[in-house]
Amino acid sequence: MADEKKVGAYICSGCGIGDRLNMKQLEMTATRDGKAKVCKTHDFLCSKAGVQMIQDDIDNDGVNQLAIAACSRRAKVEAFNFSDVSQTRINLREGVIWARPEGDEHTETTQEMADDYVRMGCHEVKAMTVPTGSDEQPLVKSVLVVGGGITGLTAAVESFKTGYSVTLVEKSGALGGMAGDLYKRVPTRAPYAEPEETGVAELIEAVNAADGISVHLNTTVTKTAGAPGRFEIDLSTESGSTETTTVGAIVQASGMKAYDANQLPEFAYGKNADVVTNVELEALAKAANGGSMKRPSDGKEIKSVTFIQCAGQRSEKEGHLSYCSGFCCNTSIKQAMYFKESNPNADTTILFTDLRTPGAGGEDFYRSGQKKGILFSKGEVSEVVPSAEGLEVKFNDLILGEETSMQADLVVLATGQVPNSGPDPYAAVPTKEEKEAAEASNTVEISVESILNLDYRQGTDLPHLSNGFTDSHFICFPYETRRTGIYSAGPVRRPMDTLQAQDDAMGAALKAIQSAENAGQGRAAHPRSGDLSYPLFRKEGCTQCKRCTVECPFGAINEDERGFPQFNESRCRRCGTCMGACPVRVISFDNYSVDTVGNQIKNVDIPDEFDEKPRILVLACENDAYPALDMGAKNGYHYSQWARVIPVRCLGSVNTVWLTDALSEGYDGVVLMGCQKGDDYQCHFVKGSEMATMRMSKIADTLQQLNLEEERVSTYEVAITDIQRAPQLINDMADTIEKIGMSPFKF
Amino acid sequence: MSELNIAMVEKYRNSFLHEVEANVEEGDWVKMCMQCGVCSGSCPLGSHWEHSPQKLFMMIRAGKREEVLSSDSMWMCTSCYNCVVRCPREVPITHIMHGLASYAKRLGLVPKGQQTAKFAQHFWDNLVKKGRVNELKLGLNLYFMNGFAEGVKTSLKMKDIGLGMLKTKRMSPMEIFGGHKVKDLDGFQAMVKKAQEIETARIEKNMNA
Repeated sequence: MADEKKVGAYICSGCGIGDRLNMKQLEMTATRDGKAKVCKTHDFLCSKAGVQMIQDDIDNDGVNQLAIAACSRRAKVEAFNFSDVSQTRINLREGVIWARPEGDEHTETTQEMADDYVRMGCHEVKAMTVPTGSDEQPLVKSVLVVGGGITGLTAAVESFKTGYSVTLVEKSGALGGMAGDLYKRVPTRAPYAEPEETGVAELIEAVNAADGISVHLNTTVTKTAGAPGRFEIDLSTESGSTETTTVGAIVQASGMKAYDANQLPEFAYGKNADVVTNVELEALAKAANGGSMKRPSDGKEIKSVTFIQCAGQRSEKEGHLSYCSGFCCNTSIKQAMYFKESNPNADTTILFTDLRTPGAGGEDFYRSGQKKGILFSKGEVSEVVPSAEGLEVKFNDLILGEETSMQADLVVLATGQVPNSGPDPYAAVPTKEEKEAAEASNTVEISVESILNLDYRQGTDLPHLSNGFTDSHFICFPYETRRTGIYSAGPVRRPMDTLQAQDDAMGAALKAIQSAENAGQGRAAHPRSGDLSYPLFRKEGCTQCKRCTVECPFGAINEDERGFPQFNESRCRRCGTCMGACPVRVISFDNYSVDTVGNQIKNVDIPDEFDEKPRILVLACENDAYPALDMGAKNGYHYSQWARVIPVRCLGSVNTVWLTDALSEGYDGVVLMGCQKGDDYQCHFVKGSEMATMRMSKIADTLQQLNLEEERVSTYEVAITDIQRAPQLINDMADTIEKIGMSPFKF
Repeated sequence: MSELNIAMVEKYRNSFLHEVEANVEEGDWVKMCMQCGVCSGSCPLGSHWEHSPQKLFMMIRAGKREEVLSSDSMWMCTSCYNCVVRCPREVPITHIMHGLASYAKRLGLVPKGQQTAKFAQHFWDNLVKKGRVNELKLGLNLYFMNGFAEGVKTSLKMKDIGLGMLKTKRMSPMEIFGGHKVKDLDGFQAMVKKAQEIETARIEKNMNA
């Protein structure tokens, strides 16, 4: 009995649905057109009794495909949670009665909308099967941490504390990294007045004491194969020996490189030994160990020091960093305190253009520096030149508006952080001309070493977001990278100080553990967390075109030697971009496929041309656009009665066959709504909406073949906050259709 | 240049900021300014000043001693306290302005003919005499501050207000003869004298230290 598909349609008349719609007719539509074997109405479907009614039918009547016509799929998720059955939600509340105004003149078209949605839902669920979850990988309770700096050490200790075993890989011969070379660090606790110990030594001790953390020094990762839950890692030592280990997930804490200050000749760096970077000053301070610091050039005691903020940063000049590294203001205050510690009368001046002291205690620390007599001057430094007494710093005083200068024994450049990331898989390939130009100008190509050596179809390392940082969309998905199960933490992700790096490490460790646990249960990671479906692939139909392997935003799909895709289920985020890409439609999910959406498109009633009732297909991303429409309707922003909205996992999953089908069946217009793409993308699947837009740019040909106007298809970027704009976009399409006329394809 | 001024220049050769910290009322706070400029933006008279408070503080830190002490900006402060209320660093800006003015006066660096400085002296003399402000005398002093002709002109201009005040008993013509005073005038004057002594001793100590 379980194998036989039996559709049950359950229609709720609560929340005003019963008042606005003809329930008898909806029932008839469900049974006659929707072929539902069971159809029941309830005036409070999400109540205990309503849910029990459905559960009883599942248990006793063999209903295994549910079409629940009530509120939006975003509401009452806990109530309508049935296991081992396929299920779809028909949105009569937000999608019909709230989306349309009340009044007799609207009754007919509102009812038509509801009838269509009921029909669509019943046919959608018929094309579904119950996903069972991928069993490709077991639960592997171990994490690989790449990098033994303060971030890596923290990630290792935190992972270990949760009961996971850790493999900690460090390229150099010692743990500690750059934070280990600091004399002291910016305070992390109240009263935020004095520099404090870095705590790196204690971390190293904790790592060495933990029997579940195996430390590999002088070691690099030479190969990373597999997927979350079954990563196979080759660890190679300097001497050449290689061992392989299996881990569940990976934290990449490869840290930062110091900015190369040789690009700052105007500040006399490299020309004068008394100009040092903030990294080099730590070595001086460590050597002095609380005593007075000596000038590198002649060993004289340093009595006056000038810090130049934003050295080679926040500047569009060639060789400079365009971004703010975020740690340097606090660091300069801290380093000025080093001088005040041994000699309270030392002249310490910080020349800044914009002083920023992030963190809970930043402002207190700044104040503490002022109280100690550190002088802060708003000025833009133009040049550092040698003088009789040492160095002359020439600057433009931005408050007094004049060119001036000051004398100093030592100048410290507050230089920034450069991420230590591997090569970007999506870096633009240089054109032939560019290559030739580079060769002609004799520039030495600096090859970036891979850190993870991923055995993936798409590149060896984590993709970059901007400036080489391996970040993701930092508001929506702060810890995500674009390779499932691999989390970056610390300054490789974005510029940060040690405290932020430690927080970041904890977050990344927890995400890594979550990812390993999800993989073990065959569930998706963020953002379709817990989804058990995964891409299924009909090999017989595949033409080895490789579009899916190229377009997957997460590099989840490898290729076998014959060019067939090899899906790595736990690397997959279930966006369906591969399904949208596939020209022969051999990729599908158990509960989301070309057919589930295709069936919905086909089961909209298309009135003939003379009825003057156009039909607009709206494919809305379920992450932002669909909620925006829901919330818009809730707030009284109505949209056209001709619209039929179908949620999609991501605009990237939209297969062009849906559009051609819709247009050739007589739809008058198609509106696609996805998330923002580009550098500031908000697409939950990074590249999905970009891919979709690219595909849609080519739909013009199809429209021409069908002899249809280009305006009939439009693609928009919609944010979740666009609750007024999203309905308006649908109305705009309705206006367009009124202008250009109905589609001639109505039969 | 006064002797004190010469001595102070010698003493604080390198750091005007230290001189201000030691000798100016609330001068300790100058280093806490974070150059946000809220004070300058809040000052109702800001556009009439040569140097805004923010600039004065920066000039102090930059060691522009002469320019600061001979500036007339701090004399322009009307003590509305807008800046103090708004300063995110809670710097007592108004007090520092008066402190700077007072220090500049002590050093003999007040710009010649500075009107507020002149009036301030009249106010002080008037107040110290009886321990109470004699409004009639203070008003007349103010009108005739810049000569007899101007005094007559101003008095005529203000006569209606004056008569109105007499009528409503807001001002007594009898004040012209001595006027009212505090209960213990000798005690009051001894107190002021002692305070002046303490302050002078402090500054002299700074000078000779």
